[in-house]
Amino acid sequence: MTTVLTLLETALELGLVSALTVLALFLSYSMLNVCDLSTDGCFTLGATVGAAVAIAGHPYLSIAAAMLAGIASGFVTAFLQTKMGINSLLAGIIVNTGLYSVNIAVMGGSSILNMNKVDTVFSKVRELTQETPLKGHYKLIIALSAVIIVALLLGFFLKTRVGLAIRATGNNPDMVRSSSINPVITTIIGLCIANSFTALSGCLLAQMQKSVNIDTGTGMVTVALASLLIGNVFLGKKKMPLRIVGMVLGAFVFRLVYTIALRFDMPAFMLKLVSSLVVIAAISIPYLKEQMPLFKRRFVHSRKEDERDA
Amino acid sequence: MLDIKNITKTFNPGTTDAKKALDSLSFHAEHGDFVTIIGANGAGKSTLFNAIAGSFITDSGSIFLAGQDITLTPEHKRSRVIGRLFQDPMRGTAPGMTVEENLALAAGHGGWLSWLKSADKKLFRERVAMLGMGLEDRMEQQVGLLSGGQRQALTLMMATLNPPELLLLDEHTAALDPSTAEKVLEITKNIVEENHITCMMITHNMESALELGNRTIMMNAGKIVFDTSGEERKKLVVQDLLNKFKEVSGKNLDNDRMLLI
Repeated sequence: MTTVLTLLETALELGLVSALTVLALFLSYSMLNVCDLSTDGCFTLGATVGAAVAIAGHPYLSIAAAMLAGIASGFVTAFLQTKMGINSLLAGIIVNTGLYSVNIAVMGGSSILNMNKVDTVFSKVRELTQETPLKGHYKLIIALSAVIIVALLLGFFLKTRVGLAIRATGNNPDMVRSSSINPVITTIIGLCIANSFTALSGCLLAQMQKSVNIDTGTGMVTVALASLLIGNVFLGKKKMPLRIVGMVLGAFVFRLVYTIALRFDMPAFMLKLVSSLVVIAAISIPYLKEQMPLFKRRFVHSRKEDERDA
Repeated sequence: MLDIKNITKTFNPGTTDAKKALDSLSFHAEHGDFVTIIGANGAGKSTLFNAIAGSFITDSGSIFLAGQDITLTPEHKRSRVIGRLFQDPMRGTAPGMTVEENLALAAGHGGWLSWLKSADKKLFRERVAMLGMGLEDRMEQQVGLLSGGQRQALTLMMATLNPPELLLLDEHTAALDPSTAEKVLEITKNIVEENHITCMMITHNMESALELGNRTIMMNAGKIVFDTSGEERKKLVVQDLLNKFKEVSGKNLDNDRMLLI
């Protein structure tokens, strides 16, 4: 029984931390309609910057530093696609590639950083809760508070005028221009905020696992997209606050399924293949469903032709 | 009011496909004018609107609106003083957002981080009720669920929520069924008259080109070839316009959607 609970808690912790990246993609992919392929690099950037600042002796500052780094990275991606004439997918890939070097530079030329004996947000909260009934649940506390704060902020933000403008930019940029709002600005703001969430996600994961390496963020965009699409299945058609809850739920369900699969001896390296398959299924099934009547007609048609020939 | 001086626009310059869509065109409209615009396909009617609204910057010439030089002003800044409707009802609204949210963006009240106030919500409801299309009960529904006529009426409302200096209507009723088109046209007339908005309307309906507004211009090959108003215009019938077109262009007026009667 305790092992089941421990497993659940681990899935919840990891799910909540990755939910921050899912919320980032919710803003960039679902709202702004930009597929931000710099997500992997930005996730690692948050992890490395957060680790470097924590190692320098500033556990709380590390969170702010990681988020600022994410904003900077998001700004570059947005600037390239809105002001430099670079296709948005390509802009993400270029930034992602560049971030590889940046991340190694942040780690002082090494491709791995260890935080075993370093004060982090997690070790601080662990000390604080040592004498309370919450003892031992410090990871969950931090992950949960981060998700609640980010989800609330995002929910309120999407209701403001600039939030509405960001949603409209992904919906109909023409209409944004005719409302006297520059879609370039909304794209930049949206991507900066989204990437600050991604970096926060990376920073927390690294500190939770007490280490960061250059591959920390690899495949994160697909994992997060898979969670986002799962979340859409549950609450995608609801109103905005529930859709945001759906994103967090999607991240948790994805982690849970993955954790269970691990229990049934699925090797850990299968995570990325599984997430790829989830994304493929979630995007292609609605499309294929739509095509179904045409397939059927073609099939019937060819059958008739065969009969005629016979 | 609107002062266009010698604007020229060539698409695909320097290639075999080069097309002079606007050819040193000059035009002047007074405040409160309602100008209807007719012409064959490819005459440059929509291109003229694109130039005025800032969808592209003209190759040469200048555009003044209400005393301001807007020749090089970007589109999103011009839209503060220029409202615009397209033939396609999908172009003016964000389908994934609610009626209320669309109106909130168009109204532009408050700062960047401000929320929609209940006073604004009430105002939107009242304004939308004036359209007489039952939209006031669907404020929280997504615009994508509305019919073309409802969307076009909503777009009109959005474009005139803050009355613009100039309203550009690019065959905005052409994609609607006849009775809805009539209704949207009626709403258009009321809003324009009430707010004394200067208005330019492209139409393929020769009859309404002469009936609506106080001035009619005919375009051909990127130029204004006929400009009529006042007493002269009152005496004109559709046949006169057709004759005029043949006279200036040497061929019959052929617009695939042109309604001759």
